[in-house]
Amino acid sequence: MSVALANDCGGCATGCNTAQLTRLGIKSDGFDYIIALAGNPNTGKSTIFNKLTGLHQHVGNWAGKTVARAEGAFNLNNKKFKIVDLPGTYSLLSTSVDEEIARDFVLFGKPDVTIVVADATRLERNLNLVLQILEITDRVVVAVNLMDEAKRNDLTVDERALSRDLGVPVIPMTARRGEGVNELLNAVEKVAGGGYAARPHRIKYSDEKIENAVQTLAKQLNETFENLPNARWVALRLLEGDESIIRAVREQTLGNLKQSRGFPQLVQLEV
Amino acid sequence: MRLALVADSEAYPRFVGERDAPRTAGETLALRSLNKMTKAENILEQAKSFRSEIGGDLHDKLTEAVYTDASAIAARAVSNENQTNNFHLDQTLDRILTSRLYGFPLMILMLTVVLWLTIAGANVPSAMLGEFLQGTVFNALHSLANALSAPWWLSGFLIDGVYLATAWVISVMLPPMAIFFPLFTLLEDLGYLPRVAFNLDRLFKRAGAHGKQSLSMMMGYGCNAAGVVSTRIIDSPRERLIAIITNNFSICNGRFPTMILVGTIFIGATAPPALASFIAASSVAAVAILGIVFTLLVSAFLSKTLLKGEASSFTLELPPYRPPQIWQTLYRSIIDRTLIVLKRAVWMAAPAGAVIWLISNIFIGGESVASHLIAFLNPFGLLIGLNGVILLAYVVAIPANEIVVPTILMLTLNLAKSTLAQNGVMSGLEDDVQIREILTGIGGWTLLTGINLMLFSLLHNPCSTTIWTIWKETKSLKWTAVSTLLPVILGILVCFTTATFVRLFGLI
Repeated sequence: MSVALANDCGGCATGCNTAQLTRLGIKSDGFDYIIALAGNPNTGKSTIFNKLTGLHQHVGNWAGKTVARAEGAFNLNNKKFKIVDLPGTYSLLSTSVDEEIARDFVLFGKPDVTIVVADATRLERNLNLVLQILEITDRVVVAVNLMDEAKRNDLTVDERALSRDLGVPVIPMTARRGEGVNELLNAVEKVAGGGYAARPHRIKYSDEKIENAVQTLAKQLNETFENLPNARWVALRLLEGDESIIRAVREQTLGNLKQSRGFPQLVQLEV
Repeated sequence: MRLALVADSEAYPRFVGERDAPRTAGETLALRSLNKMTKAENILEQAKSFRSEIGGDLHDKLTEAVYTDASAIAARAVSNENQTNNFHLDQTLDRILTSRLYGFPLMILMLTVVLWLTIAGANVPSAMLGEFLQGTVFNALHSLANALSAPWWLSGFLIDGVYLATAWVISVMLPPMAIFFPLFTLLEDLGYLPRVAFNLDRLFKRAGAHGKQSLSMMMGYGCNAAGVVSTRIIDSPRERLIAIITNNFSICNGRFPTMILVGTIFIGATAPPALASFIAASSVAAVAILGIVFTLLVSAFLSKTLLKGEASSFTLELPPYRPPQIWQTLYRSIIDRTLIVLKRAVWMAAPAGAVIWLISNIFIGGESVASHLIAFLNPFGLLIGLNGVILLAYVVAIPANEIVVPTILMLTLNLAKSTLAQNGVMSGLEDDVQIREILTGIGGWTLLTGINLMLFSLLHNPCSTTIWTIWKETKSLKWTAVSTLLPVILGILVCFTTATFVRLFGLI
């Protein structure tokens, strides 16, 4: 059952320019684009997920509510988007199962767009994850959510400065009131269709030894595995001695994974 | 296949189950793979030598680089106009809600109030639903069956079996759930649950368990299967296993209605009417808190015996208090949660009703199968302060805890059909008073039976869905068995202890 947005966008403050949105709930097969929804815990990922898909994933006000992935879909201007709500994580460098689910999907699921939801009231900490994701993929849209709470705390976020620094689109949002959803959709569509020239922020390593090593390894990785999502990032993990990545290189699961898109369905229990 | 779970195969011995695919793929492409493999090994060798060249502080340097950039970018983008800090209200609330002095009393108060609102509010609608479903509709169905001159076994099987079990599940479960879920969800949306987790963290640490276990425990109050899945947020396999095994001590949706009913008719009823629902709520809250005590004790026991180790530390974020979206919360907790749980209960109750009717009406040697089973279980049941009917009900209810009460009532009624017919009660049990009369009068229940049923409801095997989920999450027969059997053994021991204590001192 699909629900047209036009039916219930009464609370929409920005005017409706996306009447072409059709929410498809969980019917996520046969899609044109795949979108990942990442971000720190408790920033409103599930709220945005629900707004886009028309699903009723329960939104909890606490870290760790979504431990498995939830999938949904929507149609926008005759293109079908599959969207995957990832567990909230502070970084991509840890070893717990929920962080690995998020990291693997961004790295190997090769989403066409990764929406990183950031908390406007805690932007600095949230940017750590944004920067780490930008190291992996440049097909990113940053949604700065909870703008209403930022306002209550007298914080202003200059989204244009942020967008300039990060090199990807930045959309201010108050997702629970539906504000910014249309702008987010426009940005997602643009990035998915290749209509946005991203100049992603790259973290510079002042240490020359590190930079040299990364470049050498990245070159070899690109020669061995075609279509590697981001050789620089993998090289850094190898330098760090990340066991899972080392094993993936040894057992060539890196190469295998890049051919299959998506992952087997995980258990999804929501209460 | 999932790549990252291949990590630390020594550390995750049980949790890795999806590693075989790459190997078989490698066999089919042997030649190409071999070439790639040497290249891959070369890269790894080179990475190793680079690693020793750079030194061990690479991770710190990378993290530092990320933090430096994030901080610079944030500083350019965010400004605080008035240089004020409006986090005061949140901080004041946090100081009270997580204080060492008030934290726990407030938690207990909050739980009792939620349960009291549930019990007081569910009383009238429960009685009305009971009167309608077990009275009016039940009688109408029988009249209809008579008018159609349906054979006794058909109307018995469908009306006294399938329909009655379903009707009971609905009238016992629907009103309390429709009140309890929205209240609990509102607390969750406000941001109170992480504060509870914060309060409990100290205790979990002392028990040698992970502080995040308090979060998976919270999820368990909704559904233990979901609670078990939510232990994925715990990274150490040892602590995760402890969280999985003890999740069953969180009273799930399916068990709360049983506790609320028994608490109301056996414990609330002993108090003066004005206080009855408050006393009933307190008794349910007490059992819920006992569940937390058992979670901590069993966690401490496991971390000192089977799963030895130190507690690891973690960062728990206290989210800002957010005004809950009341209508959405109501919609979600009533439509999504209540109806889904009720649907599951009805799906389980209908076949259970059929089974109960069949075992009550198939006779072997002059006695029904149910009578034989109950007679067999009765001595042991009575020894631990329960009875054969209750134990049989818990066997029938393995697929879903929701149907324990209807099963008990139907078995009790079926055992004493003749007595009931004399009293002119056909389906009976339209309200709490009748249920109490039937259980004490016909079932021979005492206050001890009521208390022990509440305890046993807390401490028994997880439902089959949860057991299946534990197996899927651990892939270990041993730990699935431990998680299943440990609570039952505890339940039997605890019930035996209270029964013996009560009998020794002649309390009841």
